[in-house]
Amino acid sequence: MPEREQKRRAAPARETEEVETEEAPATTEKGEKLKAEIDDLLDEIDEVLEDNAEEFVRNYVQKGGQ
Amino acid sequence: MAITKVCGMETEYGIHVVSGSEMSPTSASSLLINAYVARLERRVGWDFEDESPGRDARGFSREGAMPPEIETHLVNAVLTNGARYYVDHAHPEYSTPECSDPLQLICHDRAGEVILVRSMEAARHLLAPGEEIVIYKNNSDGKGNSYGCHENYLVDRAVPFNRIVQQMTPHLVTRQVYAGAGKVGLENSESTESVDYQLSQRADFFEEEVGLETTLKRPIINTRDEPHADAQKYRRFHVIVGDANLSEVAAFLKVGTTAVLLALLEDEFDVGRDLTLASPVAAIRAVSHDPGLTTTVELVSGERLTAVELQWELFTRARKYAEAEGLAVLGEEAVGALLLERWEQVLNGLETDPMSLAGQLDWVAKLRLIEGYRDRHGLEWGDSRLAALALQYHDLRPAKSLSQRLNLERLVAPEDVERAVTEPPATTRAYFRGRCLSLFAPAIVAANWDSVVFDVGTDPLRRVPMMEPLRGTALHVDTLLEGCESPAELVERLGS
Repeated sequence: MPEREQKRRAAPARETEEVETEEAPATTEKGEKLKAEIDDLLDEIDEVLEDNAEEFVRNYVQKGGQ
Repeated sequence: MAITKVCGMETEYGIHVVSGSEMSPTSASSLLINAYVARLERRVGWDFEDESPGRDARGFSREGAMPPEIETHLVNAVLTNGARYYVDHAHPEYSTPECSDPLQLICHDRAGEVILVRSMEAARHLLAPGEEIVIYKNNSDGKGNSYGCHENYLVDRAVPFNRIVQQMTPHLVTRQVYAGAGKVGLENSESTESVDYQLSQRADFFEEEVGLETTLKRPIINTRDEPHADAQKYRRFHVIVGDANLSEVAAFLKVGTTAVLLALLEDEFDVGRDLTLASPVAAIRAVSHDPGLTTTVELVSGERLTAVELQWELFTRARKYAEAEGLAVLGEEAVGALLLERWEQVLNGLETDPMSLAGQLDWVAKLRLIEGYRDRHGLEWGDSRLAALALQYHDLRPAKSLSQRLNLERLVAPEDVERAVTEPPATTRAYFRGRCLSLFAPAIVAANWDSVVFDVGTDPLRRVPMMEPLRGTALHVDTLLEGCESPAELVERLGS
């Protein structure tokens, strides 16, 4: 109980940031892969996006419910 | 002993009519559902208990029920998979059949999406050229109007409600770090706070800690006491704070974590220190408004924790509970194991690199998409193209849906989802309801969660009550159903 809580407490995001330099190559690689993926996706979705964004968003109104 | 966490989900879908200037959302919802139901040959209506008080063949009556909240003239169908598909005010709503574990429920939630997609297709033939009904699985229109995705969990009546309030509130406030569907901007706020993007669709709409409302002054803990089961034994914990998910991982965690924490309560498992929040309403918004996940919330003890830290504590409790008691309440062993594994994994991911969860969680997937688009086109956060992107994430049309293009991780097989479109879960009373509809639809006058009403040609109508959610399963009734040639025989044999 206290031990486990201690353990969790002792591993906040900050500590992980410190070790990040070691993992940097992997992270960058992973980051680039993600970026390439999102780039492909963005190319693709340009074609399916609603034409007039402003009007599309304005017209989406939901009244009533539950 | 904790009881099996029978669970279900009710999703109100957003509906928009393209070029349908004169059609109200209520008419459009009716048309949509009618179009789907008309394609099926069988059609059985929902039974509103107050319509047939004298018809009960067994003298069953319920205590403390609230009046039906649905307008009875609206479309209301029961499907062969045991689900209810209906118009709730101005939205099409799909209630899954009762499921006996969280993974089964995610399968049936997805089957609901498939049914909505097929309804859109069916409706297309009934509309004028250029008109289209479009369905969105989301919870807000970005203009201050919200509609719900409610969860239901079967809970032992012996658990005092105030303990549920005390222990579940911190969870419902913080589980949005993985369960949130993500939202651009801020709604329903009089503050000058500026929020570009937040975790949850719904958090902006909660104004009370505990209460009965679902549409005004919404409470984090809803007190509706309508178990749709034996009220002496059971409670139905009705959760209204959740977002509708497109991500199966997020949906599975949302339901699974909530279910296991309810089991802890039922077993009076020693949960350690008190995590009661000082101001839950302020906290649910503060957590949602910070996708950076560094905001802390205050406990009554004065201590401050981030939502992720609080979730780590809940996770630790759940794991200890699993070690001590097992997780049979979540069905097969693999389901509980998967839950703990994924819960831990997402908390680690949220703590180290939230963007690494773009393939698992809705709010991250949507944020990554929007950030990518923003970068590419150099857009400011207020740009309507980003709001459009965020909305289109939830579009259910296969050709338009952005979430479908993101290759979110799946936990259930497509063939299981397809089966769930027509077949009920085998492990709850939904099985009896669904199979009766498949076999004897012409003789079924109506059905609801806890009964099926037959007209076997002789007076009076015969109501078969189903007050035990875990009875009426395939194991219980398959032999009986296979052996009955007519609905009259079935009713006869059930009555003996």
